Amino acid sequence: MTIEATHASPTTKAPPGPPHPFAEFVSYFAANRGAMIGFGTIVVLVLLGIFANVIAPFSPIDTNTQAFLKPPVWQAGGVAGHWLGTDAIGRDMLSRLIYGARLSLLIGLAVVALSVTVGTVLGLIAGFFRGIIEIAIMRLMDILLTLPTLLLAIIIVAILGPGIVNALIAVATVLLPHYVRIVRATVIAETAKDYVTAARLSGASNLRLIVKEILPNCAAPLIVQATLGISTAILDAAALGFIGLGAQPPTPEWGTMLADAREFVLRAWWVVTFPGIMILVTVLAFNLLGDGLRDALDPKLKR
Amino acid sequence: MFRFLLTRVSLVIPTFIGITLLVFVLVRLIPGDPIETMAGERGIDPAEHARLVHEYGFDKPVIVQYGLYLARLIHGDLGRSIVTHKTVIEEFTSLFPATVELSLCALAFALLIGIPVGIIAAVRRNSIFDQGIMGLSLTGYSMPIFWWGLLLILLFSVQLGWTPVSGRIAVLYFVEAKTGFLLIDTLLAGDIDAFWSAVSHLILPAIVLGTVPLAVIARMTRSAMLEVLGEDYIRTARAKGLSGFRVVTVHAFRNALIPVVTVIGLQIGVLFTGAILTETIFSWPGVGKWLIDGIARRDYPVLQGGTLLIGSIIMAINLAVDMTYGLINPRIRHQR
Repeated sequence: MTIEATHASPTTKAPPGPPHPFAEFVSYFAANRGAMIGFGTIVVLVLLGIFANVIAPFSPIDTNTQAFLKPPVWQAGGVAGHWLGTDAIGRDMLSRLIYGARLSLLIGLAVVALSVTVGTVLGLIAGFFRGIIEIAIMRLMDILLTLPTLLLAIIIVAILGPGIVNALIAVATVLLPHYVRIVRATVIAETAKDYVTAARLSGASNLRLIVKEILPNCAAPLIVQATLGISTAILDAAALGFIGLGAQPPTPEWGTMLADAREFVLRAWWVVTFPGIMILVTVLAFNLLGDGLRDALDPKLKR
Repeated sequence: MFRFLLTRVSLVIPTFIGITLLVFVLVRLIPGDPIETMAGERGIDPAEHARLVHEYGFDKPVIVQYGLYLARLIHGDLGRSIVTHKTVIEEFTSLFPATVELSLCALAFALLIGIPVGIIAAVRRNSIFDQGIMGLSLTGYSMPIFWWGLLLILLFSVQLGWTPVSGRIAVLYFVEAKTGFLLIDTLLAGDIDAFWSAVSHLILPAIVLGTVPLAVIARMTRSAMLEVLGEDYIRTARAKGLSGFRVVTVHAFRNALIPVVTVIGLQIGVLFTGAILTETIFSWPGVGKWLIDGIARRDYPVLQGGTLLIGSIIMAINLAVDMTYGLINPRIRHQR
């Protein structure tokens, strides 16, 4: 009788199947407190960057001749309106920091986009065609990995000339080997598997094999490495700016702002402190996000 | 074993030749005529220019120039600094000990704090201590060290007046350079005041340079320990009735050491990158600051030679680390 009843209503409750991979990913990710903090911080920074011209009270490069090197408003001597004070030539710190968020995020994204694209192509070529091409590509990557990253970036900028675009190219070159290695390793592992052989036997072209069968398997490690890459890119670009080889004044780039602030270390703590905090918070947020993504995407670490 | 060493060494040779080629090409690509750069602001008359071009071999085909460069390299000739006219080797060897002293102290700082902290975090997994340490280490890992250096100067040198702002030792001390390491030279000279002056100059830069390695080592020690603590032989050791301390330090940590040593080896490159920034901030007279100054002065022989030397040293250290594994772990030695 009871059996009859359950049979009669198959639509009421189907046994829960395995959750959709994306839903599973979201639930793992949401359970990671650090990753959520990182994600939230990045959302805030992105909003600051997008709406910089609305949010920032002043232009980042306009100077106020009435307020040179004024402290934040809560300190004696602060000027109303300049919430975080002004720098040595009277520019509003808060506005420069907000525009700096736009710049740093753009640098991070552009560097990683460039690096991932070139790295994926090189990695696919090396892993799929093997032989002498692979040896040449991987040796070159070994050489790039051997030299200290910043030194390599500095030399590249010395060749191309200082500036934000050249700093971007330099940092992208420095990051390149990581992506090439990941993609090549995944391609070699996947190419040996039966489903690729099956696709090949059913007449798939090399291009189709690479794009439709192999490439999707690189996605997870690439996403993780790209997120962590953004933090490295922002940090290295700021370091280049600090040495004077990155963004040039008056660009409101955080590293460049710190370089300008060095001589005021003794007199104006705010011009030294705030840009560094912004760099630290941004880099930390991307590292938290990257760690969270790795934990959520890497099945070996689950459970 | 011999075969293992041979394959590892043979892998290094093409990389080394690659580095010489890369450095040669990169420096050739730097815009500007090197002879005019050498002549400086005053300029140079065309006849003298032509003579120098010929003397330095700039009129020969690029392939021949590279060949000549390699030939000089084999004889240990890396050229002369355009600014000081000393040989690159001479300048490098006089500055390198300062960088090594700083890097070793930074690494010691990172190890002495990172390893115990990583072990305790692993043993007390998910405790407040563990979470706090992991949060701090991710912060350290994300630290823009050029800013961290400025902050420490602001706090300890300016506000508290505890440490000097820059340099290696107070100017009033003169210590004969025997090893190039001031900490050792001052002790050899028996000058305790000079020794403390060197220590006080060294502390802040070493902390700044050691911050990122400290974070990495603490994280790595923790995760390696967590892996090992889950193994059966740890349960066996506990079941035998050994003390918790002995199990952790003797049974677990020794086996967790292998990945930790790997990470320490990998930190050498990170240390050099950090040294460039740290030396710039603290005016530390080492090779990092020398290279940055070289860029500003367009001193191409210094850039070329310095990059090559640093690349070679890092390669040699990586090779040594690799071989040490082969010695410690037979599985690595015999895998193909």
